[in-house]
Amino acid sequence: MASASAPKCNSHTSDNEPLQSMSQDGVNCDPSEAVPRLPGETLITDKEVIYICPFNGPIKGRVYITNYRLYLRSLETDMRNLRFALKQEGHSRRDMFEILTKYAFPLAHSLPLFAFLNEEKFNVDGWMVYNPVEEYRRQGLPNHQWRITFINKCYELCETYPALLVVPYRASDDDLRRVAAFRSRNRIPVLSWIHPENKMVIVRCSQPLVGMSGKRNKDDEKYLDVIRETNRQISKLTIYDARPSVNAVANKATGGGYESDDAYHNAELFFLDIHNIHVMRESLKKVKDIVYPNVEESHWLSSLESTHWLEHIKLVLTGAIQVADKVSSGKSSVLVHCSDGWDRTAQLTSLAMLMLDSFYRSIEGFEILVQKEWISFGHKFASRIGHGDKNHADADRSPIFLQFVDCVWQMSKQFPTAFEFNERFLITILDHLYSCRFGTFLLNCESAREKQKVAERTVSLWSLINSNKEKFKNPFYTKEFNRVLYPVASMRHLELWVNYYIRWNPRIKQQQPNPVEQRYMELLALRDDYIKRLEELQLANSSKVPSASTSPSSPSQMVPHLQTHF
Amino acid sequence: MLGKGGVGGGGGTRAPKPSFVSYVRPEEIHTNEKEVAEKEVALHLLPGEQLLCEASTVLKYVQEDSCQRGVYGRLVCTDFKISFLGDDESTLDSAETHFKNKIIGENDITLHCVDQIYGVFDEKKKTLFGQLKKYPEKLIIHCKDLRVFHFCLRYTKEEEVKRIVSGIIHHTQAPKLLKRLFLFSYATAAQNIIAASPKNHTVMFDTLKDWCWELERTKGNVKYKAVSVNEGYKICDRLPAYFVVPTPLPEENVRRFQGRGIPIWCWSCHNGSSLLKMSALPKEQDDGILQIQKSFLDGIYKTIHRPPYEIVKTEDLSNNFLPLQEIQAAYSKFKQLFLIDNSTEFWDTDIKWFSLLESSSWFDIIRRCLKKAIEITEYLEAQNMNVLLLEENASDLCCLVSSLVQVMMDPHCRTRAGFQSLIQKEWIMGGHCFLDRCNHLRQSEKEEHRRQLSLPLTQSKSSPKRGFFREETDHLIKNLLGKRISKLINSSDELQDNFREFYDSWHSKPTDYHGLLLPRIEGPEIKVWAQRYLRWIPEAQIAGGGRVATMSKLFEMMEEVQSLQEKLNERCHPQEPLQTETPCLLRNSARLSSLFPFALLQRHSSKPILPTSSWKTLGDEEDLAKREDEFVDLGDV
Repeated sequence: MASASAPKCNSHTSDNEPLQSMSQDGVNCDPSEAVPRLPGETLITDKEVIYICPFNGPIKGRVYITNYRLYLRSLETDMRNLRFALKQEGHSRRDMFEILTKYAFPLAHSLPLFAFLNEEKFNVDGWMVYNPVEEYRRQGLPNHQWRITFINKCYELCETYPALLVVPYRASDDDLRRVAAFRSRNRIPVLSWIHPENKMVIVRCSQPLVGMSGKRNKDDEKYLDVIRETNRQISKLTIYDARPSVNAVANKATGGGYESDDAYHNAELFFLDIHNIHVMRESLKKVKDIVYPNVEESHWLSSLESTHWLEHIKLVLTGAIQVADKVSSGKSSVLVHCSDGWDRTAQLTSLAMLMLDSFYRSIEGFEILVQKEWISFGHKFASRIGHGDKNHADADRSPIFLQFVDCVWQMSKQFPTAFEFNERFLITILDHLYSCRFGTFLLNCESAREKQKVAERTVSLWSLINSNKEKFKNPFYTKEFNRVLYPVASMRHLELWVNYYIRWNPRIKQQQPNPVEQRYMELLALRDDYIKRLEELQLANSSKVPSASTSPSSPSQMVPHLQTHF
Repeated sequence: MLGKGGVGGGGGTRAPKPSFVSYVRPEEIHTNEKEVAEKEVALHLLPGEQLLCEASTVLKYVQEDSCQRGVYGRLVCTDFKISFLGDDESTLDSAETHFKNKIIGENDITLHCVDQIYGVFDEKKKTLFGQLKKYPEKLIIHCKDLRVFHFCLRYTKEEEVKRIVSGIIHHTQAPKLLKRLFLFSYATAAQNIIAASPKNHTVMFDTLKDWCWELERTKGNVKYKAVSVNEGYKICDRLPAYFVVPTPLPEENVRRFQGRGIPIWCWSCHNGSSLLKMSALPKEQDDGILQIQKSFLDGIYKTIHRPPYEIVKTEDLSNNFLPLQEIQAAYSKFKQLFLIDNSTEFWDTDIKWFSLLESSSWFDIIRRCLKKAIEITEYLEAQNMNVLLLEENASDLCCLVSSLVQVMMDPHCRTRAGFQSLIQKEWIMGGHCFLDRCNHLRQSEKEEHRRQLSLPLTQSKSSPKRGFFREETDHLIKNLLGKRISKLINSSDELQDNFREFYDSWHSKPTDYHGLLLPRIEGPEIKVWAQRYLRWIPEAQIAGGGRVATMSKLFEMMEEVQSLQEKLNERCHPQEPLQTETPCLLRNSARLSSLFPFALLQRHSSKPILPTSSWKTLGDEEDLAKREDEFVDLGDV
């Protein structure tokens, strides 16, 4: 039984997870050093401060600012987990503040992001994880209906698209150029995924430039029909416009719009009612308000509802389920777009692919999915996250990728054996989405990354993860092929991701590790032990030695141990 | 919809709208008619069970792939259950039936499980009770275990409709004599059936020996003794024949107020402090009698409060905790959220799900129960105090709180046998009025004060009540304990701090699952117990997912480990006989749904469930929603 003595300080030793993970990754762990430093990380300044901890009150400590992080070393107790959240008292405030803003927002001070200074070395190169040709080959592409085109090799067709695209065999490069003229930012419909059996496809693009006058483009119409015909289907092509219909209509005023019935006879359009980046940003802000610093207790549920966060998650998941169902049931191929096709579209295609293709539920498969649907197809990470940029009120910022990862987490909660990766994997991705330690999420599109030579000058996040895979594995993972996963997009099953959104609050710490998982790991160890002993016995038998003696922990002693816990 | 208590809201009171839509056209039914006669399933009666009335050509609706389909069959009512005998039984025998209850089948509703009966008249849903003037086209039965049945009577002969509907109403609603309860006729008829001796070693607490055993187990025998003064219920029929009191307490004191005002032992902590309960003395106006009561209690009190060796903390549950009516009201609202008639209703309520849950206050009640139990745990464990639970009859909240405390503090109570023994000790022997609280005899429906007391217990880790009238008990504390103690009762901020510190410090340490366990009580941590509440709702099933997915992996691994173990045993001790292999019920886990083993996966295809409800208005964010995604195209940085 736990003892009655209650220590005055509620420090959580398990809280310093990110730090531990760093020290394992070859971080400078010299005990004489005040701050553990990454290779390439340099100390800028340090100062004694009082940290006003929202949970435990004021704490005396020393704050260190490096070119990567702000770090608080408590003099009373080790409170490393709070190193990113510091308020400071004292006279020399301005100095500290200036240094902090300079290094926190290096772009505003013509300084490089830390990723370009990071000198970490890993035994795996994460930049090699995604090779588009290989990924398309895995999908069985090119085939008789679909070809790989290098028309965008130098990003001249579409600046925000990857160099390599998969398009219908029957569409010529000239056709593609003409279609590009009618699609917002030239983001033409290209293939994201093809069903291995029924050959139905998921195609992504941006909105057509219909405008107020209701312009039409014969080439675009023909192109969509070519897509529809790639698998000789008779039914109409399904178009999922991620936006609410009112927004799609309103977008006509700025030159955009949607595929109308009269222009696209062989297509059927549905709106998925997913709101724009501004709504999502405000919703997440509200989530923060109800969990920080104190978690709303008595009206927790209605406060949670008023943030609408889970409602947005529900709509995104619902949309993705519809896309996946259309393709999987063999009813028709699907074209997905929103306005520009880099936010909601990326969410929908990648989630639908995760539902349809079990490959993407493995660690490397998921990395490829992110690399392909998000990074290479120009989700504007730099604008949406604002890496190193001080303008935190920028209207371009929005937690779209976070929302996608939240959806993945919801799916992994509903299907706890379907994903090779664990929660820590998702949290690590999100941590480094903001950290700028790796080049993976920097900049807005492939062309910009190539210009900046990101792959040469920075380390990939996948290097960290893949060189340490065991830590990110879900022990319950059961490999299954061709199983479509349909999560239930009901509020009855969706929940706030407490381990991510409220992880810094010592009062809302969930049991780590999960007892069922712990038990499972014990059984795994026991199994391996038995197998080993059986092999030993077999060896002993074959050499004709009587097998009377066994080790002190004989199997009969293990029986009660096994049975008591359940 | 709701109980007669008149509890509004919670999705219960809805504007009259067409609440029932038939999805089956008559043509579909006629095609079935011939098969029915051939395939009819025989009614399975228990010993002593009698068929009372029946109707044929009844359609039972089955929810499948988000549309409804009708199964054709016979609806019967016996003195034990309502049963539907469909021609679809064949599918039930398929491999999907991993679990089958031998007594109550999928289409059986025991009479006592019926919560509400509704009739559908011209697409309008009305509660049915008493004598009917007009008979409904459809019958909807809401069960206490949250199943919902729909029976269509449109193709049934009028005579049969009258008989079955009034039969069901009568047998589920009319007051009953205790001796008429089915279990008595069953017991008489089944006398010859010898029950297999229970292997689980549940302690029944119906002998002196059982109490002595429990005292020994918890080391309570140092300060407490088991007594048999109430043998044959000579003193009081509320109390068990045997129970435990402080050693110094003279047995004649128990007689004095028929067992009232006596601290009765529940459990002892490893450090020697104990959990006790006491029922209040009768209310008196007369000063003389009050004086006598006071001096009696002073004497009693000294047996458990002997500073500095022993200090007692009193918890007045009648006055300073949850009113029972509140628990009942909250549960009526809460359960209504899970009694869902159709898919449309499911998705309509989905958008406002969290606020509906909150407005039921059920989680708030669960939180308060858990919090109270943690507080008491703190007194016992950290402050080394005896805790005396005080309640009018010591048989409602006392049962709840004391069993929760024991589940948290005593790992034995977390084993199956231990938990069953705990229920036996605190609830059955503790005199919880199940008959009244569950209203098994269906008396005086009008003044119903049912309470769901055992439900908070099972949720934190079920049954309503009737006829419990609280009186003013203002003076109770003063009468009972005098001024000195009342200081302790109205806990100050200081005590609140102790609670927090105890709670926080426990949670900051690694958990020992075989020691003290404190549940989390923060807002995000208290969630719907999906396995109980969502188990019958097809829309809420996650095909191939849910917790059962990990559990079946775990069981598979256990099986593998066990078989390896046997192999090892065989090699090491070849003379020992082989253990028989335990049958595994969880094969083919991909077919199971999140609601296993309670509900079968009724969706035969792999179609996803798609929400049908639309988006709620955003309110103050409407202008944001209208904005364009990109103000200024930043292009590349």
